[in-house]
Amino acid sequence: MLPDPFPLLSLVVWTPILGGLWVLLAAGEKNAPTARAIALAISVATFLLSIPLYTQFDLSTHEMQFVERFEWIQTFGIYYHLGVDGISMPLILLTTFITPLVVISAWQVIQYKTAQYLAAFLIMEGLMNGVFAALDAILFYVFWEAMLVPMFLIIGIWGGPQRIYATIKFFLYTFLGSVFMLVALIYLYAQADSFAILDLHTVKVGMTAQILIFIAFLLAFAVKVPMWPVHTWLPDAHVEAPTGGSVILAAIMLKMGGYGFVRFSLPITPDASRELDWLMIALSLIAVVYIGFVALVQTDLKKLIAYSSISHMGFVTLGFFVAFSILEGTGSLQGAAMGMEGGMMQMISHGFISGALFLCVGVLYDRMHTRQIADYGGVVNSMPIFAAFMMLFVMANSGLPGTSGFVGEFMVILSSFKANFWFAFLAASILLLGAGYNLWMYKRVIYGKVANEGVASLKDINARELLILGTLAAVVLLFGVWPAPILEVMHPSVENLLQHVVQSKL
Amino acid sequence: MAFVTPDFVPAIPEIFVLGMACLALVVDVYITERYRLFTYQLAQSTLVASALMVIFLYPAEAVVTFNGTFVSDGMSTVLKVFILLVSYFVFFYSKQYLRDRNLFRGEYYVLGLFAVLGMMVMASAHSLLTIYLGLELLSLSLYALVALNRDSNEASEAAMKYFVLGALASGMLLYGMSMIYGATASLDLAEVYRVASGGQANDTLLVFGLVFVVVGLAFKFGAVPFHMWVPDVYEGASTSVTLFISTAPKLAAFAMAMRLLVDALPSLHGDWQQMLIILAVLSMAAGNVIAIAQTNLKRMLAYSTIAHVGFLLAGILTGTQSGYAAAMFYVIVYALMSMGGFGMIILMSQAGIEADRLDHFKGLNERSPWFAFIMLIFMFSMAGVPPFLGFWAKWSVLRELVAGGVVWLAAVAVVFSIIGAFYYLRVVRLMYFDKPEDATPITPGRDMRVMMSANGLAILGLGIYPGGLMAVCVSALGA
Repeated sequence: MLPDPFPLLSLVVWTPILGGLWVLLAAGEKNAPTARAIALAISVATFLLSIPLYTQFDLSTHEMQFVERFEWIQTFGIYYHLGVDGISMPLILLTTFITPLVVISAWQVIQYKTAQYLAAFLIMEGLMNGVFAALDAILFYVFWEAMLVPMFLIIGIWGGPQRIYATIKFFLYTFLGSVFMLVALIYLYAQADSFAILDLHTVKVGMTAQILIFIAFLLAFAVKVPMWPVHTWLPDAHVEAPTGGSVILAAIMLKMGGYGFVRFSLPITPDASRELDWLMIALSLIAVVYIGFVALVQTDLKKLIAYSSISHMGFVTLGFFVAFSILEGTGSLQGAAMGMEGGMMQMISHGFISGALFLCVGVLYDRMHTRQIADYGGVVNSMPIFAAFMMLFVMANSGLPGTSGFVGEFMVILSSFKANFWFAFLAASILLLGAGYNLWMYKRVIYGKVANEGVASLKDINARELLILGTLAAVVLLFGVWPAPILEVMHPSVENLLQHVVQSKL
Repeated sequence: MAFVTPDFVPAIPEIFVLGMACLALVVDVYITERYRLFTYQLAQSTLVASALMVIFLYPAEAVVTFNGTFVSDGMSTVLKVFILLVSYFVFFYSKQYLRDRNLFRGEYYVLGLFAVLGMMVMASAHSLLTIYLGLELLSLSLYALVALNRDSNEASEAAMKYFVLGALASGMLLYGMSMIYGATASLDLAEVYRVASGGQANDTLLVFGLVFVVVGLAFKFGAVPFHMWVPDVYEGASTSVTLFISTAPKLAAFAMAMRLLVDALPSLHGDWQQMLIILAVLSMAAGNVIAIAQTNLKRMLAYSTIAHVGFLLAGILTGTQSGYAAAMFYVIVYALMSMGGFGMIILMSQAGIEADRLDHFKGLNERSPWFAFIMLIFMFSMAGVPPFLGFWAKWSVLRELVAGGVVWLAAVAVVFSIIGAFYYLRVVRLMYFDKPEDATPITPGRDMRVMMSANGLAILGLGIYPGGLMAVCVSALGA
């Protein structure tokens, strides 16, 4: 007999966490192969468990699905409350999809404390799923913060030479952002007498309070996204993190910031969002344009991709917050919905593409132990298959039609045209800048004369790497030509979100 | 006035501890070095038996006895249970450490039992005199304990400093109490409450007395600007004594604050709230900032204690029942975490090595992954990162601050928590990211391993399900 309702989300959250502990206890440090086998099995099992979230998903409703709700801390009205809608479900699938790839990518590379490494990733996977699935604000916060602990260790133990500086910076930045959110959530509790996120969506809050809450949320989410000017932790963290850490950071953690905006900021403080949308749009455009230029001059492969991530995430926030100008200008809900869906599509797609690019850099780094662009050149001569894959991901990152990178960018640019020509103009510069830094980097690394002995003796990717990159390539192309599966899942939830946004909460 | 035999029943645990402490004192004189363990066992069984008595005698409603000088209620019961539990762990952790240093003498346990008795009396005090009696019994035992290692200059210096400043603080407290007595003409807290809230007392005198009482309390808590003794005493005393000073007495100090401020003088809430706000903000600021500069782990934890005291006072100053419950939850959680933190120093210290510098924790993950993990739990918990218990302690205080309308103080508190996170992270960094200076594995005894792990896992487990402990605190204060 299966319990009804079947606790699918709990399984998706707890399987990896318990699996991580199992890896630690069962395999220990002496038995790396066992650790790898268990970790792979657990991560694949979690992915399989998460598939019914998509197949059983009811596309006709914006209501939360797969809901589980138990009393957790009775004294303070905190519930263990999980559920997903069209906004969070794709992000959970993204997480469960990326984690097995990360586990595989660590197969030979991580030799130091393998079990701890894999366990940290599994535990983090569970916690990230928890963040996306939590419907109780405090439960959300617990997952949100707890996630910092494994990431702190991952960067600090397995990272590059500057890892300690980078990881402490990472932790303190994100911690700084989050604690204000905690105060804001407690304040909201005092108004709503509930920590359920959906109850917070309907609570009335005065303008001054809304603005303060909005700023508290902004601190938490902007650091995570990261938005200019609080982005400086990201290049450091990315550069120093091991490949797997970079992938998780770029592919999933950054998405939490974007998720936070649509789950908390927009529906809870719509009036403050409307009031301050100029700020958000300005910051997003600065990220897109200025960081785009910054990416252009990077000499370190990982830094370049890190800056490109910031620039792309600027698109996401632009898509979310341009809605107000559209509504004001044209009153078109559809236009606003397109911006938001574009932003969300961009999040998912960026998860695949940036993850793939970091894995590509990892492939090179494992062979050459350098990330400097100048140390490469002519890689295509020794690694043709790799060069082909990287070409695809680089193109996708510059938003080539036919890849998933195009869909989101196009939707956001299109909708920002409805708001203001200049928004769209500046946003569209990403196509130019993106193509610039991506292709220039690709040219310097892959083409040209064979730079040195090291490059000449490179071996092309092995079956394991082929599997990882091949899977990602397939997904990038699939959603590039057929994004409907993601968009139709999101649609009812985004419409519902917009209903909250247009409704004043004063 | 006819003599009425008081009701002894509520005080049975205290009477029992007193009897057993005297018994241990006598027995210890007659046994040889070989059987010294017997004193230890006697002390431990006293704590366990007394804790059972406290639980068994849990009163349905507050019982006042001994002519209104002694009370047994929900708060005293819960605090006593935790005082006894924490002391049990403290004595346990200290055993091997004291042996290795030739300090395994009966005095430690006898003085410890007297200190426990003092704390229990403080928790149950219902008159200004009983409070002072319990406090002095505790303090004098602690002064002697600090000086236990009599060949150590640092310990003697620390004891002297502790004694002089402690005596000064007691003097202040006593002076304040005398003024309160002058204003209300009673030592009985219930009577003080009646007169003070009835508006029959001279307010100027009462507030003057309150100032001195708060100063005395701040000294005992180690709140800024009355914190000067804390780092020196923590560093100078042998770690087993530091472990004791930093844990259980804070529970007793909390009880004292509750009895004096909340039970007796709630009518002056507006006045003492202002004072506590200053103390809380200064403690959080100075404690967290100065801790960053420390290289000695005991000093670092001392400043961390000061910062925690700031948070604790923030809970009390809200002036609501749920605020007091949050503060009580905080102090209990703090005691459990601090016990673990200092316990880890003891665990790392072997014969001839004092692992009290931060450097000793370098590369612990290579030497002992399990204990590195346990220490990681303590550090993240103290930093207030979920899902560890310390987060919920901070959470409940923040919640009360926001509910009480002091949102700005909540914001100040979280800002200083971020600063505080830095030095806790540094310990984790040393354990996990640095290479060990000396790669010998850590080999504590099996019993020590079990207890330490239990301590750490309790912080994790209670962090995942904090509801029970919170509910205990809330119901103890009848909130």
